[in-house]
Amino acid sequence: MTGIKRPPMQTLNTRRLVIDIPCRADGYPLDLTIESGQVWGVLGPNGAGKTTLLHTLAGLRPARSGGLYLDDLSARELKRRALSQQLGLVFQDRQDGFPATVLETALIGRHPWLSPWQMEGADDLVMAKRSLEALDVLHLKDRLVSTLSGGERQRVAIATLMTQSPHTWLLDEPTNHLDLHHQVAVMKLLTDRAAAGNAIFMCLHDLNLAARWCDHILLMYPNGGACWGPAERMLVPNALERLYNQKLATVEVDGAPFFVPRRD
Amino acid sequence: MIRPIALPLLLLALASILAMVISVGVGSVAIAPMEVVSVFMGEGADLQRTLVLELRLPRTLSAFATGGLLAVAGALMQVLLRNPLADPYVLGLSGGAAVGALLAMLAGLGGVIVSGSAFAGAMLATLMVFGLAHGTGSWTPSRLLLTGVVVAAGWGAVITLMLAISPARELPGMLYWLMGDVSYARAPWPGLGLLLVVCVVVVPLGRSLNVLARGPMQAAALGISVRPLEWLIYVLASLLTATAVTMAGSIGFVGLVIPHMLRLVLGNDQRLILPACALAGGTLLVLADTLARVVIAPEQLPVGVITALLGVPTFLYLLYRSR
Repeated sequence: MTGIKRPPMQTLNTRRLVIDIPCRADGYPLDLTIESGQVWGVLGPNGAGKTTLLHTLAGLRPARSGGLYLDDLSARELKRRALSQQLGLVFQDRQDGFPATVLETALIGRHPWLSPWQMEGADDLVMAKRSLEALDVLHLKDRLVSTLSGGERQRVAIATLMTQSPHTWLLDEPTNHLDLHHQVAVMKLLTDRAAAGNAIFMCLHDLNLAARWCDHILLMYPNGGACWGPAERMLVPNALERLYNQKLATVEVDGAPFFVPRRD
Repeated sequence: MIRPIALPLLLLALASILAMVISVGVGSVAIAPMEVVSVFMGEGADLQRTLVLELRLPRTLSAFATGGLLAVAGALMQVLLRNPLADPYVLGLSGGAAVGALLAMLAGLGGVIVSGSAFAGAMLATLMVFGLAHGTGSWTPSRLLLTGVVVAAGWGAVITLMLAISPARELPGMLYWLMGDVSYARAPWPGLGLLLVVCVVVVPLGRSLNVLARGPMQAAALGISVRPLEWLIYVLASLLTATAVTMAGSIGFVGLVIPHMLRLVLGNDQRLILPACALAGGTLLVLADTLARVVIAPEQLPVGVITALLGVPTFLYLLYRSR
């Protein structure tokens, strides 16, 4: 737990941010304020720019215009390493690099916190193991990642982010490949992290997971339009039908709306 | 990444010292290992001192440096391209060096000029591959690898052409150079020095390399400036290869096989793999060179033949055994 240079941030802000999607006109500029304790869900049809937005927020690709701020500090003024102490990202598609075991993969998350000459220490190991435990993959720790199932890999990726322990967690479809039980377990873990002071910002394809677990929603339309706000104001059938170009039926389960696509 | 690092390195260091003692002792006049050690301690007869310190040791050290440089360069290239096939030779660096060296030989020049020309050829090949692979878009590992392979094929054609038109008396020297030969390598220190420097440099770089091996996007998300790191690796690997090729001609196979063997046994922590490559690559080439001197003594074989003959079965066996 060395190398902490600044107190943890509180909010991630975008100011008039327009993401850069090649061959597309400027979208609606985003003024998001993602605060500690919030769980954001980003909804939108394929190709609306959800992944591009996440990569832009993580500082991995430049925005077309506008800025990204950690509290009041422009992300541009931060070094990559300092940025990755505050923002972490789970990618949608795994890049399979060189073979590595599950434990090695999780330990990689400590990289931003260690100086070049430092080896991972006992407490880094404890953090990695605790994260793997939380994602229910500790028993796989000596397996090569390439031999795991899709859902197990997804959980290892989330465990790596947890080991990285940034303030703001960006996740691209974290429930991909997960069975029902682990979907719920992951969403529970994420809301717990938010309750503990982190901020969660994730793309989702499952409306109902968003309705059940997210307190803030960003809707991204394929034409570049966007609207955002508290979940109960965003998750109304009209807006969602327009978003997905799909008729929906709504029922109520456990006090939350549950959306079912209609057949016609 | 949590394995003890010291033990495997210590074992490899012992193996390389052992290989060097054997290598120095073997030859037309055999010298027992204990006598070799006593010469190193500053004792022993004059004849033995001359034989060991002036004739055999420089060659042995050159072989060690060459093997170490090639293995480390191969390991770096494989991380850079995240492709197990990457190797300085596959990427056309040795082809450029060979063309440089053969040109000098064709011009009737010798010694230092051949070496310098080989070095220049290797660096030119490096620039060519990187420049062309960059093209007008971004460079991706597969694009870089393809460019390297195609450029290497081009060098191969030029080499064949030069062999075809060169006078017969030049041919044996040229062929020996192409097959790799340490018998004329008499100045091991630049190579050894570079090897040592790189091993020290990659220790603080090692964890970044581990992260880069997970893919460039993941590496960037974990705080690595990917592009500068990739350039650094490429320049380092090219420098290592150019130095090795300059010392001993083109010896293939070491850069491809040693890193793989070590990964199969030691795992994937670059902080361990890179110094281990230096030691194991050096040891392999020292042993291969010893064999090359002994098998059909008093004639000598090109060491590149031995590395391939030793390496291929060992590598296939390890691959077959692995998961």
